Amino acid sequence: MKQFLSFVRKEFHHIFRDRTTMAILLILPVLMLLLFGYAINTEVKNSKIAVYDPSNDSYTRAIIEKMDASEYFSVVKMLKNEQEMSEQFKNGEVKMVIAFSENFHENLLHTGDAQIALIADATDPNSAKSVVNYATAIIAGYQMESQHLQQIPFQINTQIKLLYNPQMKGAYNFVPGVMGMILMLICAMMTSISIAREKEMGTMEVLLVSPVKPAMLIIAKTIPYFFLSLINLTTILLISVFVLGVPVVGSLFWLLVLSLVYIFVNLSLGLVISSVVNNQQTALLISGMVLMLPVIMLSGLMFPIENMPVFFQWISQLIPAKWYIIGVKKIMIKGLGFSAIIPQLTVLSGMAVLLVAISIKKFKYRLE
Amino acid sequence: MKKVIEVENLTKAFGRFKAVDQISFEVEKGEIFGFLGANGAGKTTAMRMLCGLSIPTSGKAIVAGYDIRTQPEMIKKNIGYMSQKFALYEDLSVAENIRFYAGIYQVPEIEIAPRTLELLNRLGLENEKDSLVKALPLGWKQKLAFSVAIFHHPGIVFLDEPTGGVDPVTRRQFWEMIYEATDSGITVFVTTHYMDEAEYCDRVSIMVDGKIAALDTPANLKKKFEANNMDEVFYRLARNASRKAD
Amino acid sequence: MISCKNISKKYKKVQALNDISFEVKPGEIFGLIGPDGAGKTSLFRILTTLILADEGFASVDGLDVVKDYKLIRERVGYMPGRFSLYQDLSVEENLNFFATVFNTTVEENYELVKDIYQQIEPFKTRKAGKLSGGMKQKLALSCALIHKPTVLFLDEPTTGVDPVSRKEFWGMLKNLQQQGITILVSTPYMDEASLCDRIALIQKGRFLTIDSPQKVADSFQKTLLSVSAENMSKLLTDLRAISEVESCFAFGDSHHITLKDPTSTHKQENWGPQKKNINDIDLTINNLKMMLEAKNHINVVIKKIKPGIEDCFMELSKNNL
Repeated sequence: MKQFLSFVRKEFHHIFRDRTTMAILLILPVLMLLLFGYAINTEVKNSKIAVYDPSNDSYTRAIIEKMDASEYFSVVKMLKNEQEMSEQFKNGEVKMVIAFSENFHENLLHTGDAQIALIADATDPNSAKSVVNYATAIIAGYQMESQHLQQIPFQINTQIKLLYNPQMKGAYNFVPGVMGMILMLICAMMTSISIAREKEMGTMEVLLVSPVKPAMLIIAKTIPYFFLSLINLTTILLISVFVLGVPVVGSLFWLLVLSLVYIFVNLSLGLVISSVVNNQQTALLISGMVLMLPVIMLSGLMFPIENMPVFFQWISQLIPAKWYIIGVKKIMIKGLGFSAIIPQLTVLSGMAVLLVAISIKKFKYRLE
Repeated sequence: MKKVIEVENLTKAFGRFKAVDQISFEVEKGEIFGFLGANGAGKTTAMRMLCGLSIPTSGKAIVAGYDIRTQPEMIKKNIGYMSQKFALYEDLSVAENIRFYAGIYQVPEIEIAPRTLELLNRLGLENEKDSLVKALPLGWKQKLAFSVAIFHHPGIVFLDEPTGGVDPVTRRQFWEMIYEATDSGITVFVTTHYMDEAEYCDRVSIMVDGKIAALDTPANLKKKFEANNMDEVFYRLARNASRKAD
Repeated sequence: MISCKNISKKYKKVQALNDISFEVKPGEIFGLIGPDGAGKTSLFRILTTLILADEGFASVDGLDVVKDYKLIRERVGYMPGRFSLYQDLSVEENLNFFATVFNTTVEENYELVKDIYQQIEPFKTRKAGKLSGGMKQKLALSCALIHKPTVLFLDEPTTGVDPVSRKEFWGMLKNLQQQGITILVSTPYMDEASLCDRIALIQKGRFLTIDSPQKVADSFQKTLLSVSAENMSKLLTDLRAISEVESCFAFGDSHHITLKDPTSTHKQENWGPQKKNINDIDLTINNLKMMLEAKNHINVVIKKIKPGIEDCFMELSKNNL
């Protein structure tokens, strides 16, 4: 036990003395959350739009006013003819153009055939989609209001309700994502690097030629990063609740349980990586390429898994972060209980057991 | 004789610690100058300053006619450098390494091919031109590294422990290459831990605690310290060094 | 204490060790002398159970390096080629850590490391990464000794360390030997060979010879002369041009030459009689001196000398190409 404690103490020394790395590890989650929260915002706010309104009647003006008044859009230009439309897009000055048909109000009243075209710049498909959705919603809303005034029968009343995330805040999506990413980064990447460093410096050679048990060495290596990731977990949750306004709706206890299992998976993943690499550089590259990229691309953090080709959907099943993020969303955002995360917990636990087994089996008690 | 290195009261301090403490010496053209000292005596710091890599705290030095304080870039163009730790890119071929160094030292394009050929002939490496450096035996690597360091015909070449770990025969061949280089007018500034190699130098300086404790020809040093070999000279001077921990 | 029988090890194309057999007796300082890449480190790693040999059998303290690797690891001390210390831990922390790794405490075995550790104790709060080569070496040795090993494996402990620290280091090894510890040490510095009880000269994975340094030197068959003159560089070229000179190498302030066996040369009548005795050698020396002076060398001094280990190594390595 004394041997073990002194091992752990040594690991903490390594971490505390490398101040730059420690600072990065502690500040990184804060930085990522703030970046996702404020800078990289996929929400639509004050998007610039232009309007082509040849009919220019009370109805169209009202819609335009409504658009401009909403927090999503600001009307920056009234176009005089259709040619101007393409110029606007080419210059990249507006996100969307709203074009009304001629004699809009009259047509609406008499033939019921009044048209609005929403033309969006889809170079960024995600934001184009949201811009169009918001615009449609505003137009539909106005239509409803005016119907109340005019009492036209047979009108379908569309009501949209956004569950769990009524304000459609991006934070609801990325907070779980950042949690998945940070915990993986700290646990898997740092553990593998710290073992690779011992190999690189030659200290592993001395440790191998000593009565130290491999299991002890492995566990001692992981403990500091375990604590570090708990600190990060706390920071992330505090920031998300108090700064970004994303509440923990469900049980904090089960959120922690799920996180612990996930941390465990990643620590063992780090150990598996360290058993195949011999220097810090490769450890960094492998954890970067093999772990980070899939988490960003395939875990559902950035792109919805349902839209991926089947092959990638299959691969995404193998990514621990995917299961964790789903589980976190269920508890944190949807407020579901233990029974809802049983599948996620089971899969993650299975992965943990498997990876620990592999890492112990693969740990080399010789140099080759 | 023309002086190619002139050092006057050169000092480098890190905080209150004087790594190099007011050293002065001169090296003449074509000389083999041995720069010895215990670990931590300040050799590396002094050598870095002379190569224009570090600015002195006080004092001055002229290397190859340029001031180390104001013209470090000119110095770098006019010296060659080889160290045991880093010399050649292991994952490049012999020819690629030569081509690379010729490029960074701006050897005229037209000269590169004939000089490369001459170098390979001299080392007997014609057939290894396209082999990766890591496939060569250590002794060959070191000989190649030296040849590459003087490929741009520098006035001075700095050698930082060039022969560490090499077998005795190769070590001697290496020194014969150094002799050949000095015959063509190149000045050699060399550090080593092999005391018998100190004997090959024209003059030797021994640094102790940041200062030059002795500087003379090996023969004179041995006479002065009544020693049989340089090993004993070194031992007498460095034994009482106070600065051992650095 | 250490025993190797027909050990061979191959890495891809390189034959690192080729049929190595030797024994180290208890309490002996045994030196492996040879340049980088000779196979020294591979041999150390096999004996310290870090790698497996392709062929052959080895045991340390009576324990098989393959089967009993766990037991061996409890009782040997190992100092790898690069001083394997934690650069970001202090001197004291390094020592304490390695003590607990071996399930012991610094206090328990302080007697053994006292002499060595006391020299670095004034700097015990300094980070190992900031120590000089000589100090690192002492700390690494203390760490390797802290569990009172029966056998000590030191892989190039003096490489890159200045001559003064090297001398001190060998002094420490002698002290440890007196406390009954068997030491296997490797070095590329030939002058350190005389400090070992027995040595093996190793090159390209093969042992050139195994014996006491004295006997290795005695086994040198040829006459060895040291030659010096004013212009050493020219002397070297001129000596090599003389057909009777078999080999000629610079050795510090003189050149060492060996002469061809007179029976095999055509000019034997010029070169003195076949039988070697003191007078013949004097004759040879005089001849040689005259030849050199004829080439305008001044202050020519020629002496018959006893060969050193380096002379032997160079002579023996000729046959191992």
